[in-house]
Amino acid sequence: MVNLGSPPAPRRSKGADRLGTSLPGSRAVPGRGEEVEETLKRIQSHKGVIGNMVVNAEGIPIRTTLDNSTTVQYAGLLHQLTMKARSTVRDIDPQNDLTFLRIRSKKHEIMVAPDKEYLLIVIQNPCE
Amino acid sequence: RSHPEIYPLVLTVKTQEIFHCRAEDDVTDEQPYKLINKETFFEDFKNRGAISDFYPVKKIIQEYPGDELLLVYDKDFKYGLNFYLIGTEEGKENYLNPPEVPEEQEEQKEHISEEVYVYKPLVSKPWVSLGSEKEIEEESVKESTKQIKYMISRKRSKFGAPIKFSDQNASNVKDAYIECTSYPDKNFTLKQLEKDVGMQVVPQIKDTSTQTKWTYPKNATTQYYPREFSEEEKEAFKQSKPLADFLDNMSVSVEIALQQNEITNTFIDDWKCLAEEEGTFGDKTDTYLKEYQSFTDLHSPTEKMITCVSWHPTIFGLIAVSVAERLSFEERVQFSGKLLLQPSLILFWSFSDPIHPQLMLESPDDIFCFQFCPSDPNIIAGGCINGQVILWDITAHADRIENIKSGGSRSKKATLKPMFILEPESNKEAMYIRHCAVSSIENGHKKVITDIHWLSDTFEVNRMGSVFENRNGICCQLITCSADCTICFWDIRPQKISTPQPTEKKKEESIEIPFDVPSTFLHLDLSWKPLSKVRLSKGETSLDHCPTKVSLNEEHLLYKTQDKALAQSKAAKAGEMNPYQNLEGGIGDHLKPIDDFCTKFFVGTEEGELIYTDWKMERDPETGRLMTKKPVSLYTVHDGAVHTVQRSPFYNDIILTVGGWNVAIWKENVTIGPLLQSCCAPKRYTSGHWSLTRPGVFYIGREDGFVDIWDLLEKTHEPALSQNICITVITYIKPWTLSSKQQFIAIADYYGTLHILEIPWTLSHPSTNEISSVNHYFEREVKHLEYVEQRKSIREQEKKEMELEKEKKKVKTYQKSKEQIEAEMKIDYDSYLELEKTVLMNLGLDKVIEKMGVMTV
Repeated sequence: MVNLGSPPAPRRSKGADRLGTSLPGSRAVPGRGEEVEETLKRIQSHKGVIGNMVVNAEGIPIRTTLDNSTTVQYAGLLHQLTMKARSTVRDIDPQNDLTFLRIRSKKHEIMVAPDKEYLLIVIQNPCE
Repeated sequence: RSHPEIYPLVLTVKTQEIFHCRAEDDVTDEQPYKLINKETFFEDFKNRGAISDFYPVKKIIQEYPGDELLLVYDKDFKYGLNFYLIGTEEGKENYLNPPEVPEEQEEQKEHISEEVYVYKPLVSKPWVSLGSEKEIEEESVKESTKQIKYMISRKRSKFGAPIKFSDQNASNVKDAYIECTSYPDKNFTLKQLEKDVGMQVVPQIKDTSTQTKWTYPKNATTQYYPREFSEEEKEAFKQSKPLADFLDNMSVSVEIALQQNEITNTFIDDWKCLAEEEGTFGDKTDTYLKEYQSFTDLHSPTEKMITCVSWHPTIFGLIAVSVAERLSFEERVQFSGKLLLQPSLILFWSFSDPIHPQLMLESPDDIFCFQFCPSDPNIIAGGCINGQVILWDITAHADRIENIKSGGSRSKKATLKPMFILEPESNKEAMYIRHCAVSSIENGHKKVITDIHWLSDTFEVNRMGSVFENRNGICCQLITCSADCTICFWDIRPQKISTPQPTEKKKEESIEIPFDVPSTFLHLDLSWKPLSKVRLSKGETSLDHCPTKVSLNEEHLLYKTQDKALAQSKAAKAGEMNPYQNLEGGIGDHLKPIDDFCTKFFVGTEEGELIYTDWKMERDPETGRLMTKKPVSLYTVHDGAVHTVQRSPFYNDIILTVGGWNVAIWKENVTIGPLLQSCCAPKRYTSGHWSLTRPGVFYIGREDGFVDIWDLLEKTHEPALSQNICITVITYIKPWTLSSKQQFIAIADYYGTLHILEIPWTLSHPSTNEISSVNHYFEREVKHLEYVEQRKSIREQEKKEMELEKEKKKVKTYQKSKEQIEAEMKIDYDSYLELEKTVLMNLGLDKVIEKMGVMTV
């Protein structure tokens, strides 16, 4: 009896694995990494958008279009503010949760889309 | 009382009830007495104590020998009260069994007493105690205790002897004092068994406190750096599914929010935006320039015209004017001898004195353009008609012009007297100031200098035209353009002298310099050479462009403010005085070249062209000489010489050019053409200037003395306003802002008069968003030009296509017709054959037909 061994574990498809297409000439489905890039690029191309960044739950930036020092500053401050805003909303009504935070200042508008694990921060200049 | 044993008593109803001697009930007339047992009395005493009615006779009752006492109801109040008690047995017996004799005696006594009153002397009877002595006894005070008697004896000798007192501490000797110490007496300790206290329910609170140990203040610092992810981690995140999902979910709402902002700005206060700025100063309907003052030099013997006007950068109300002879070239040659004797001047006029100029700067020949140095208003550079560059330094006279006060008395005197009476000595105030330095005649320009500018103090240029940073912090370079088709760069700092030759030359030519001329630019005098020359050649032909005006890019560099401050402080430290006094320190330092500095600039020429060229020199590969680059672009839009090339004070890349009969507005780097080109005006335009405060307004002077005020937001095909100022050609216009409420415009004319007019509120104050509106207008124009270009190319294409189509059509018809012709021919031939057949048949020539038929086959 030949021991076939355990069947191969199902491959978890990751974007990095699909570096090359198996069939020449066929266009691969965009990997996850590219999707992420595309989404961020689309947001960046809106009128007036100065920059955007993705920040993890601890306030450490993951992806950004601005320079490092600005990014770190925005990430740290907005992360704290989002936590505070979320706790405020939940204190008032524990069934409620924060979905979006928009801060309008004289010069720009900062939009923060919070999630359990990440934060998406976009800075836009709304006026001409 | 005749009967001492009778004790009258008042008995209350209660007592009567207790003793069963109620009046009229128990005791009646028949039996008005009652025998009451002693015990009853004692019980009553026990029960009622002192309030018993029998209390006064308590003793009698107690001492009564018998057991029963007699209580009699005294109805008639014989003895004063309603009852009486008999206190003795005898009395009782007497009452119960009253003897007859006393009754008779009483009757008799009554009788006798009526008849005769016999005096009977009082016989003392033995005192019968009625109990009063008992009262007295009770009330009297007697000594209860026995009195103690003390007898103290002493030896007689000791009496009166001297006594010696001494102190003694009471606590030392035993029993020397008696103390009443306090002790807790239980009788006086009150134990509070009940207490009224208020209570309130509060949340649980906890009090804590700490005390910090404070030693001494110490400096503490924290240094930190933010946590960051490495590149690999970021890449890992990029690939993770949660992030992708998160972005997918959130990007929707983010994009909605972004689009909301793009659609409209919800936070605009429309009400506020409707209103214009706060209350205007002055009449809003007033749109005309108001005449304020005019200056004319009354002392000049010949007729002069004003060639250039410049307001003093710092001093209020001071304006400098350069005057030149109003002669044509031939006349100049003719009168050259006379002209040499008269000085050519730059006059300084002050608002406070319209007759006498404050200062007069002398120059060797007529000045056609001059400019104050931006970093030091006491240095003035001017361009001469003979091609020399002149420098003045009026630092010594600075205080004179700074403290000009309106001399009312002076001017009054002056206006009354006619001109010819006034002697030149009377205007003591005006002083002739000789120039400091002139450029070398051989090496400079050969013809009239038409424009002169100081280069910005942020950069420096070297011989090659390369740009370096300027460490001095002051303006030290000039650019001039002249009618000899060259543009020169000059440096006012002393050049490093490599050969001793110039010094000898200097010695030869050392002219006695008057003592009152400052030595700031002594190193330059007569030996000043330009740093570099840019020749505007037209290529192969020998004719070159003749520049009239130059406009440089004034974009300031991203100079770190620290560096600039450092440079200025360095310059100040260098001599602790005016940096212009110590210019030698500047040359030779290794300067940092500035990259990507735009070295291109606009030049307006005499032929009405606008050239966009570069001042950087390049090496000709063939000859190895330094050559100027070819111009980038050239436009001919004006019909006459371009006399104004000016950048807008609001937009760095918008240039106004005025020349001939029209006006053009250009945008740098837009090579298609001008954004705006006006149509030909009825009169020639001779001068122009942008408004300093309104981005869409500019002033154009005409040859008939009118000023055209253009407002781009109002009309772009013609001027918004036209106003007459004087009767002759306007040679120069220069507006100036003195304060937020006052703006003046200086208009110089051909006859030598300088008019100062006040710009009304409407022309000097921009409306809200004017800058952006005008910017929009320019952008629209650029887009329009681009569209036109596009359309041009589209039209070209269309044209080509149309031609192709035509060609195609022609070819097709040709082919078509060929076939048709053949077919038609065939049909014709067939029909002819038929015809032939029938004819021959009709003629009866059948044979011939057969022959024919054979042949045709």
